[in-house]
Amino acid sequence: MTMHQMPAGDTKPAYNYAYLDEQTKRMIRRALLKAVAVPGYQVPFGSREMPLARGWGTGGIQVTAAIIGPADTLKVIDQGADDTTNAVSIRKFFERTADARTTEATEEATIIQTRHRIPEAPLKAGQVMVYQVPMPEPLRRLEPREAETRKMHAWAEYGLMQVKLYEDIARYGEITKTYDYPVMVNGRYVMAPSPIPKFDNPKMHMSPALQLFGAGREKRIYALPPHTSVKSLDFEDHPFRIQSWTEPCGLCGASDSYLDEVVIDDRGGRMFVCSDSHHCETRREAGHRGTMLGDATASGFVDLSPSTVIPGDRREARDPFRNPTEQGSGMDPGSAVGSARDDGADMQTGVKS
Amino acid sequence: MYVAVKGGEAAILATHELVAEARRGDPAIPEISVAQIREQQALACARVMNEGSLYDSDLAALALKQSQGDVIEAAFLMRAYRTTLPRFGSSVPLDTATMSIRRRVSATYKDLPGGQVLGPTYDYTHRLFDFALMDSENVRVGLDPTISGREARPSTTHPSSGDARIKPEHHAAPLDAHMPRVPDILGAEGLMEAEEAPEGDPRPFDLTRDPVSFPADRDVRLQAMARGDEGFLLGLGYSVQRGFGGSHPFVGEVRVGEVAVELVPEELGFAVDLGDLTLTECQMVNQFQGSKDIAPQFTRGYGLVFGHAERKAMSMSLVDRALKARDFGEAADYPAQQDEFVLYHSDNVEAAGFVEHLKLPHYVDFQGELELIRRIRRERDERLAGEQDSKEPDAMPEAAE
Amino acid sequence: MTIETAIAAGFRDPVLQSQTAFRTLLAALSEPGIVHSIADAIAAPEGLHQASAIALLTLADYETPIWLPQPLRDGPTGAWLRFHCGSTLVDDPARAAFAVLDAAAPEPKLSAFHPGTDQFPDRSTTLVLQCAALAGGEALVLSGPGIPETRSIGPLGLRDGLVAELQDNAALYPLGVDLVLTHGDRLLGLPRSTRIGEAR
Repeated sequence: MTMHQMPAGDTKPAYNYAYLDEQTKRMIRRALLKAVAVPGYQVPFGSREMPLARGWGTGGIQVTAAIIGPADTLKVIDQGADDTTNAVSIRKFFERTADARTTEATEEATIIQTRHRIPEAPLKAGQVMVYQVPMPEPLRRLEPREAETRKMHAWAEYGLMQVKLYEDIARYGEITKTYDYPVMVNGRYVMAPSPIPKFDNPKMHMSPALQLFGAGREKRIYALPPHTSVKSLDFEDHPFRIQSWTEPCGLCGASDSYLDEVVIDDRGGRMFVCSDSHHCETRREAGHRGTMLGDATASGFVDLSPSTVIPGDRREARDPFRNPTEQGSGMDPGSAVGSARDDGADMQTGVKS
Repeated sequence: MYVAVKGGEAAILATHELVAEARRGDPAIPEISVAQIREQQALACARVMNEGSLYDSDLAALALKQSQGDVIEAAFLMRAYRTTLPRFGSSVPLDTATMSIRRRVSATYKDLPGGQVLGPTYDYTHRLFDFALMDSENVRVGLDPTISGREARPSTTHPSSGDARIKPEHHAAPLDAHMPRVPDILGAEGLMEAEEAPEGDPRPFDLTRDPVSFPADRDVRLQAMARGDEGFLLGLGYSVQRGFGGSHPFVGEVRVGEVAVELVPEELGFAVDLGDLTLTECQMVNQFQGSKDIAPQFTRGYGLVFGHAERKAMSMSLVDRALKARDFGEAADYPAQQDEFVLYHSDNVEAAGFVEHLKLPHYVDFQGELELIRRIRRERDERLAGEQDSKEPDAMPEAAE
Repeated sequence: MTIETAIAAGFRDPVLQSQTAFRTLLAALSEPGIVHSIADAIAAPEGLHQASAIALLTLADYETPIWLPQPLRDGPTGAWLRFHCGSTLVDDPARAAFAVLDAAAPEPKLSAFHPGTDQFPDRSTTLVLQCAALAGGEALVLSGPGIPETRSIGPLGLRDGLVAELQDNAALYPLGVDLVLTHGDRLLGLPRSTRIGEAR
């Protein structure tokens, strides 16, 4: 039974620090300690209903909420970028509920909550990575029943995974898993690294940072303590390889970072830019210049033509919706730029092709 | 041309403003009140209470208003609020035998103590539009629901004006005080599978507090179904009837009405009445089952839900029986018989979250796929070109480096 | 009710003190063997070291049965834990989620506690092992997750055979109990994943 009174006048409910109640935090904290004691093993936990949708990072949010304190500085990224909608929303959640100090600078953060990427800058001792995990079970695609996969982990029976990977090789000449590429942890448990690109897998191995994984909908927590062996599954005759690109980042010229592909026109025009937005900015500030980085930054003006495509979520920054009466003119170059400026949006760079 | 701009936050705020506008609709039309939804959309409120796992019709109505009538979004609001509520304790088990009946029908007996009580139901309406509801106020549906009271008096008229359409016939006779549950009648004869509390009668599992493991016990299954998606359970229940589960049930009884909730505070040591819940209970009587040691008896499928929600309670009782397959040594070949399948996929808030998360950016992973597929195609083209050159028909039937 | 006068206070600020203490415990079990101190003092009940008291206050509640040695259980510690954590005190070490153990006491053996099950190794007991000191004892060389190469610890006042028990516990991996060694306001973590060798 629960009791409820309609809030009288004051409709703002008083939530606990970092939203979760203390009993819930203790339950998650106990799960986290068991998770670090058995690296790569998925600890079941009493995942709570969160005010964000399942599948949108509720596992990561619960882990962060259970560990964050006033001494922390939080960075939240999605797809490597701090300004994607999901990252913005989660950062806001902790600013509101935990009065959290936030940053975009990887090196300043004590907690980095992420979806789909590990930052390019090397992680340091004392930092905690919190991964949002949609499907914590690396064997799920091979065996849908939890009752079965749990036994496979219990007995370290990973033959099925080897077979699946080898089938790939037989068919395509290589393992075709490009993200959420399974890893062997501490020589014992096969673990899903969450849907980071396999490019990021090597960063997990012997990392000096503590890495925590939260799967809210699936109600699992797992962990990698610092300095833990994390080996991407492979075969002697088909060693693990990471992605590579034939051209460097168009904005900062980096040739060793993970790149997003940006479609720049409807005639096959493409450019590649760093997925880690902070990394890219830091490099540009240090004077690195990509071939596509024009003089638009200097002038402060960017010519946005109607055919301009702005990568991914950043398109919202144009914010044509801000003034619904002008929605029809949202594609108008002048008004788009204008409204972005009015919002105080930080126009970072622009290029002319 | 390319421009990297920031401002996701402003865009998010703008979506909040837009949804508020969309929710309100045409400002020339009067705004709907929470009380109106609670009173006039009670079945929708019941669904939100069930799937939101929280009995509060005011909040359910508020959730429906806030979500523009999106039931799953409304259930989500309920759950996100519910999770923050303190728990004071567990109630005494409800006794549905003492339900104050509004409606009670049995398909197994023509007549029985207490009789059949049709109560408010759409079962016997013709699904013809009542256009009178479209544009006039204070329309009340009469005994023949297809003929509405177009001439109904305005609201200033007291409802007990003697108008038969306002005071249906069956209210004339008071209901029997004694309404035994049909499975209890069968049980007295030893024909019904007994439902006994597990040893020590422990507090039921709460899947909103503890992680579920499989095989799941009955308390977990019933809780999951009570808060599960009505449409999903309806489909599963239907699949059982059609042969994907092989059960042949009779509706022992469906009853709708009010049941008192009692709590025994530790410091008092006796039960305190907290109020009434409106509940719908369905008990299905299924084909008998027996073994060498147990004489054949009917088996039970059970459904209990908040508010007036017969379809949900019936679906739940069909699936409950199907999920007992393991307990009765039956093969569990079909989805409705597999606890892991039913429990993991009946939660519509989880399901909606995961399905809808696909619209979040995935371009990092997609880039990985692009890189791979381009490379594989390039390597394939090179290989095919090489084969052409060498005119070697048997070369490399399978892909290689 | 005189219980409040008889029982020492817990955290002044439960939300933030337990958050800080948890981060210390998380760091300790993530990087086994590093000695941490919990500066945030509380009035621990007699028989319980500061660090032990803070660890239990941070982690234990009505969901976690606790095993205590008889003297602690019958003394202020038992009442204190019941009051502040709402935990049940259990007789059977194998039923305990948490347990406090005097490192010098001959019983019970580590193997008396719950090592978890092969499908749920997380269901094992977490032991708070109260030592005479965390340094100055015979050197143990640790390796495993959380440790680059090796790390040495020298807890003092371990009963005869305890090192062998710890080694046996590690051999059960991924099963086994996890330990937090405490003395005063200091603690170090020794999870089951840590392999223990003796320095030559």
